[in-house]
Amino acid sequence: MTSSKENIILSATGISIGYGKGKQQKVIAKNVSIALKKGRLTALVGANGIGKSTLLRTITGIQKPLSGEVLFNHKNIDKYTGKELAQRLSIVLTEGLPPSNLTVYEIVALGRQPYTNWLGALADEDITKVKNALELTQTSHLTHRKYYEISDGQLQKVLIARALAQDTELIILDEPTTHLDLLHKVSLLKLLKKLTHETGKSILYSTHDLDLALQLSDEMIVMTTDSVTQDTPHNLTQNKVLDTIFNDKHIRFDATLGRFKFDQDI
Amino acid sequence: MQRTTQNKVLLISLVVLLGFTFLLNISLGSVSIPFSQVFNSLTGGEVSKTTWEYIIINYRLPKAVMAIIAGMGLSLSGLLMQTLFRNPMAGPFVLGLSSGASLGVAFIILSSGLLPGFLAGVFLSSYGIILASTLGSLLVLLSVLLVAQRLRNTMAILIVGLMFGSFTGAVVNVLTYFSTAQQLQKFTFWAMGNLGGQEWSNIIILAVACTIGIILAAVCIKPLNALLLGERYAKSMGIDFKKVRFIIIISVSLMAGGITAFAGPIAFIGLAVPHMAKLIFKTSDHLVLFWATLLSGAVIVLICDIITQLPGNDLTLPINAVTSIVGAPVVIWLLLRKRKMNYN
Repeated sequence: MTSSKENIILSATGISIGYGKGKQQKVIAKNVSIALKKGRLTALVGANGIGKSTLLRTITGIQKPLSGEVLFNHKNIDKYTGKELAQRLSIVLTEGLPPSNLTVYEIVALGRQPYTNWLGALADEDITKVKNALELTQTSHLTHRKYYEISDGQLQKVLIARALAQDTELIILDEPTTHLDLLHKVSLLKLLKKLTHETGKSILYSTHDLDLALQLSDEMIVMTTDSVTQDTPHNLTQNKVLDTIFNDKHIRFDATLGRFKFDQDI
Repeated sequence: MQRTTQNKVLLISLVVLLGFTFLLNISLGSVSIPFSQVFNSLTGGEVSKTTWEYIIINYRLPKAVMAIIAGMGLSLSGLLMQTLFRNPMAGPFVLGLSSGASLGVAFIILSSGLLPGFLAGVFLSSYGIILASTLGSLLVLLSVLLVAQRLRNTMAILIVGLMFGSFTGAVVNVLTYFSTAQQLQKFTFWAMGNLGGQEWSNIIILAVACTIGIILAAVCIKPLNALLLGERYAKSMGIDFKKVRFIIIISVSLMAGGITAFAGPIAFIGLAVPHMAKLIFKTSDHLVLFWATLLSGAVIVLICDIITQLPGNDLTLPINAVTSIVGAPVVIWLLLRKRKMNYN
C-alpha cells in the first residue's frame, strides 16, 4: 500500500467541478481530491445526483474543472491531444450503442483506432491485441456474433474488451454493473479486479452496488454532499464514512454485517 | 477473412452490373438504335446515321452520366447522414434537404422577375442555381442537426424533416403566386426531377462538386466507423467530433444540394440505397459501405431512369415518381423491421 508519487497515474487536488461560466456557474462539488494508483481497482460511490458522472467527465477530460487541474501522469489532462489521450485513457459507458450491424470483433477492433492509419486498417500487432482483449474478457466465443444478439452481461464484457484493445494505462467505467443480475455483477467486478492485477492497468468504476464494491475493490472514493473521501474499504468502514452516503438518518451502514440497514418505519 | 473475399466478389459484381446498366440505359430510348451502333458512337467508331450519334452523345450519354452522379452522390449523402444522426431513417430527402434545395432554387427561378435584368442573369446561371441549392440544403441540414441534438428520437427527427418539407412547400406556393406562367412552368418541371436535358458544362460543374463531396466523405471513413459506437466513444478514441461533423455537413450539402439543383428533388435514393448496401454486405464497416453505396446508388438510379423511359413508348415519367414508387415501400418495410434490427 505505497502511495508514493510514482505510483499515482491520475490525480486532482482540491478541484471544484460543475457546469457553466460566470454567474450562471453551477458548482456540483467543491474541494475534490482524488489519486488513482497504478494497478488498482477503485470504485466511485455516492447517491444519485451527487455528481459522480460530472466527476468522471472531468477526470476524463470531457469537461474542464471549474477550478484546479486534473493531472494525468503528472501533466494537465487538457495538454494532451485527442489521440495522445486516447492512447492512455479509455472509457466504458452505460448508454446503449446506436443501431448498427457491428460484430463483437468489429467493436473490439475499433478500440485500435488511436493506433491505426487513416483508413483504420488493422496491422498484425492490432489483431494480436484484439485477440488478447477477447481472451482476457472470455468473449472469444462471441467473436462473429452481432452485438445485438448477445446478452447485456456479455455486451458489457465486450465493451471492456474494446477498452482493453485500446491498450491504455487507465480505464474508466461508468456504472458497468447496471442492468446486470447479482451473478453477472460479481463476475464482472472479479474480471475488473483480475485485469488490474494481471495487466497492471488502473481501473476506476462508478457503481451503486456498495456491498459488492466494498468486497471487490482495492480502494473506494465516497462522494457525499459535503466531502469526497478516498480510502480502502476497510478504513472507510472503520471510520463510519459510509453512514454519510445517503444523508438520511434512517439508513446506516452496519460494519459487522458488512451491509446497509434501514429502519422499517420509514 | 472469408467476409473480405466475399465483399470483394460482391463489389466486383457491382462494377460489372454498373457497366451493364450504363450500356443498357444508353441503348434504350424513344428512338431505337441498334446496340452495335450505340457501342460504335461511344467508342468513336463508324455510325451509320449522324442523328443516332447526335442522340447518343448529346442526349443519352449526358443523362446516363447524370444518373450515375445523382445515384452516387445521393446514396453517399444518405449513408453519411444515417451514421451522423445515429438514425436509420435519415437521408437527404426525408430530412428535408431536398426541400431546402428546392426553396433555394424556387427563390432564384420564381423571384428572378423581381430583379434587374443583369442580376437575374447571374442568379439564373448554373453557378447561381447550384449555390442557392447548396445553401438551401445546408440551412436545413444545420437546423435538423440543431433539433437532433435536443431530441435523440428517430420519430421526432423524421417529423422535423416532414415539417421542413411542408414549410418550404408553403413558401414555394407563396412565391408561385407572384410569378409568371413561364417561370412557374420552369420550376414545375425542375421539381418533378429530370436527369436529362443537361449541357455538358453543367454536368462538369456538378461532377466537380460531387467529387469534392466524395473525397471529403472518404477522409471521414475511419471517424464514421468510430461514430458507430456513439459520439462519446468516438471522442474517447481520439476523434475530433466537431471537425468530422463539419466535414460531413459540407460534403452532404455539396452533393445533395448540387444534385438537387440540376436534377430536381429525387426522393428516397439517399435513404434506401445505404440500407440495401448494408443488407447485401451485412456490415457496418464504412470502408466497404463507401464503395457499396457509391456503386449500388449509380446502378439503382440508372435502372430507375430506364423505367422512366417506358421502353417502346414516347412518354417519359418524372424520375422522382419512379424513385418514390420504389422507395416508399422500402421505408415502410424498414419501419416494420425496426424491432428486429435493434433500432431504438
